[in-house]
Amino acid sequence: MTYETEIRADPATGPAQPLVALEGVTKRFPGVVANDAVTLEFHPGEVHALLGENGAGKSTLISMLAGVQQPDEGRILIEGVPTKITSPKHALSLGIGTVYQHRMLVPTLTVAENLQMGAPWYRRPDRAAIREKFAESCRAFGIDIDIDRVVGELSLGEQQQVEIIRALWRGGKLLVLDEPTAMLSPAGVRELGRMMGRMRDAGVSIIFITHHLSEAVEFGNRVSVLRSGRVAGAMSADEVAALTPEATRARIVDLMFGAGVEGDTKIERRARRDHGERAFEVVGLSGKSQKGDTGFSDVTFHVQEGEIFGVAGVDGNGQTPLAEAIAGQIPCQGDVLLEGRALGRADVAKRYRLGLRYATDDRLGEGTVASLPISLNMVLKQIGRPPYWRGGVQRDALIDAHAESLFEEFDVRAPSIHTPIGKLSGGNIQKVLLARELSGAAKVVVYNKPTHGLDLKNIETTRRRIRDGADNGIATVLISTDLEEILSLSDRIGVMVRGRMVGVVPNGPDARKRVGAMMAGESEE
Amino acid sequence: MSEMTEAPRVAAAPRLPGWAKPLAFALLPVLAALLAGALVLWALGSDPLNYYTYVVERGLLRTRGLQASIVHMIPLLILGTALIVSFRAGLWNLGIDGQYILGTLTAGVVAPKLVAVMPVVPALFLAMLAGAAVGALWALPPALLRAKHGINEVISGLMMSFMATSLAAAIIKLWAKDPASLEPQTSTIPVEQRLPLLPGTDINLGIVIALVVTIAAHLAISRTSAGLKLRILGLNPAAATHAGLPAPRMIVLVLCLSGAIGGFAGAVELTGVLGKMQASWNPAYGFAVVPLVFLARMNGWAMIAFVFAFSVLSIGGASAAVRLGVPQSFTMVLVGFLLLFLALAEWIDQTRREQA
Repeated sequence: MTYETEIRADPATGPAQPLVALEGVTKRFPGVVANDAVTLEFHPGEVHALLGENGAGKSTLISMLAGVQQPDEGRILIEGVPTKITSPKHALSLGIGTVYQHRMLVPTLTVAENLQMGAPWYRRPDRAAIREKFAESCRAFGIDIDIDRVVGELSLGEQQQVEIIRALWRGGKLLVLDEPTAMLSPAGVRELGRMMGRMRDAGVSIIFITHHLSEAVEFGNRVSVLRSGRVAGAMSADEVAALTPEATRARIVDLMFGAGVEGDTKIERRARRDHGERAFEVVGLSGKSQKGDTGFSDVTFHVQEGEIFGVAGVDGNGQTPLAEAIAGQIPCQGDVLLEGRALGRADVAKRYRLGLRYATDDRLGEGTVASLPISLNMVLKQIGRPPYWRGGVQRDALIDAHAESLFEEFDVRAPSIHTPIGKLSGGNIQKVLLARELSGAAKVVVYNKPTHGLDLKNIETTRRRIRDGADNGIATVLISTDLEEILSLSDRIGVMVRGRMVGVVPNGPDARKRVGAMMAGESEE
Repeated sequence: MSEMTEAPRVAAAPRLPGWAKPLAFALLPVLAALLAGALVLWALGSDPLNYYTYVVERGLLRTRGLQASIVHMIPLLILGTALIVSFRAGLWNLGIDGQYILGTLTAGVVAPKLVAVMPVVPALFLAMLAGAAVGALWALPPALLRAKHGINEVISGLMMSFMATSLAAAIIKLWAKDPASLEPQTSTIPVEQRLPLLPGTDINLGIVIALVVTIAAHLAISRTSAGLKLRILGLNPAAATHAGLPAPRMIVLVLCLSGAIGGFAGAVELTGVLGKMQASWNPAYGFAVVPLVFLARMNGWAMIAFVFAFSVLSIGGASAAVRLGVPQSFTMVLVGFLLLFLALAEWIDQTRREQA
């Protein structure tokens, strides 16, 4: 199949019938509505940029297009025909190819060998044909990759180009790119942009998912914004074509953060109050996560007693390593001061005892040990300390009594305190986690995406806990990617972009615009 | 409608007491393994029933057989404990045989010299400590590689074992050979200066040491803060970091502790039974114990039971090998079958629970 034979959208008559259309597609998971009545169109010869945060429902949307999941409600039309995409294979046969965020090539094989995979095992791969086809694709999309090189030696950008070509070969009509720029260098992004442009001109329909506004403006013919599973706004191809990039950008900022999206009136801000002493300070803190290569540098802020300091920002801009450094989990440079006292190299347990607490967002991954009972998870950060251990020996009666009282206070729903915590629902795991971090002499609590993945009821409970804690004098740092949450809970808001805190604004009627603009990459000055 | 279809199914299900199912899931695999073993024996031309009765009689019912079985348990129990300590922390110290061999060698070199200059009890105690120290030392390179660079301790541990066997033989042949002996072996500890026997038996004090080590380790792992930290490291390393446990340091400590117990096992075996280290000595106990530790699900008490059963099979099987011509390694065939059927039972149990 060559791309020249594909039907092109005739710019004169306008895109008549979309290649793929979603009509009121809804997908629910226990406790979460991942996609809520999503209606979108994807036309041939168009790059449809889909903007949205993590958790906005992009992944679910993709998995439905790729045939991994089926919508609960609504329908998917392919060239006007309602179609049930039953499997990934079926999706490919319908012409929908997907390139996921994580590389799917075998790094120890050559490009040619990777491209040969996927055929039935009994068929001998036609190597010569694959070579020729690859050379043709390279010419068509303006790329230059040696087919005999081992994939592991290619740059991430080159690997991605191979994956895109493979996805096109298999699908061919609609190409879904799931955050393709996440791991690319700026040069790689430009090259990807050129490649998308050529594919678009060849008549391919492309879904380009990103959370960088500038990329959406630069590469998209059509832009849609997803928020909390809903389409928060869309710009048609005509609209994008008519506006200057600056105007497009401004319009998208409006769609993403502006009032009128969900109505700023809905937000009930925290009442103004006088806060106490400066309880917590971070001065010139820099560090790097040990898991990935995200980091943060030169972050400075302070929180007063009883104050909630919101940290807004798109996921992956250094918030998590910042929280880990504050908690003492990872090494860092700079100072963390608790009630004016520098903590230096104090470890997690010491910081916990001093009243500096960290409620992690990775509740099952690192926050708890799934197979251990609730009771032990409640004292996970006090192992070996009196009164729960004496001379190194575990004192079950005291641990159980402690767990029992927190169980009650935090309304944990479980058969007993001895139930392995992994058997609990997300909401109840969060309750145990909060119980652990808020119990005893908590003075400063850092929450990392505290309501992420919870159902409505537990979101409300968790937010009330955060508010009540602050009302009782806890200096609170609230890291969240949910701007509504930040706006409804915080007293002041700091914004993190690429590991730096680019600005701090007091919460108020204009906070949404200012924070949104900073998140989108415009500095406060 | 649904009630009508539900009712007969509930009535048809037999009501079993609560303990019946776990018991069945423990016993059925054992029976299945014996049955499968019987088929193999039958195919080999032996009478299975004859073989099993002979093994039980020689390994369990006769006093001498029983005593031999118990003595056989000593190194296996201590090595099993070494493995449990590391496995529970999510670390796979499969260099255990190398640590055992060097522990044995160390005690073989040190003990004869010590018993010549001091009372037996402190002399043997010091020899055991020396064996443990060398075992820990031999576990150190894989431990450091794992902690600092994330290099898989299984591979490096196995490599260290190969080096240990060659090193032990070289040391004995080059420096530690008993001049009075033609065989390459260390000087022999006189029988009366080895670990004392329990009164009225051929069983040496080593069994008491082994049981104390096993039970102490089990209690430490399940009841103390150090044990909980070790388990958390094994169950969820990210949670260990989150709770502020120094994971790299713990990895080194745990692997070295496991190595120390491995070396200690060798020293106890040498001072109790062997009396001398021969250049060719390499019983590969560690690999015999690994499946037993898994059968016991890394539980100390269960491990004692499985090691006892295995020892009876080994001792009885050794007699049967002479008498009935069934190879001695048939014992491992039975262990293999048992492992297979237990895993199968577990799988069935799990899929049934998922369907429910």
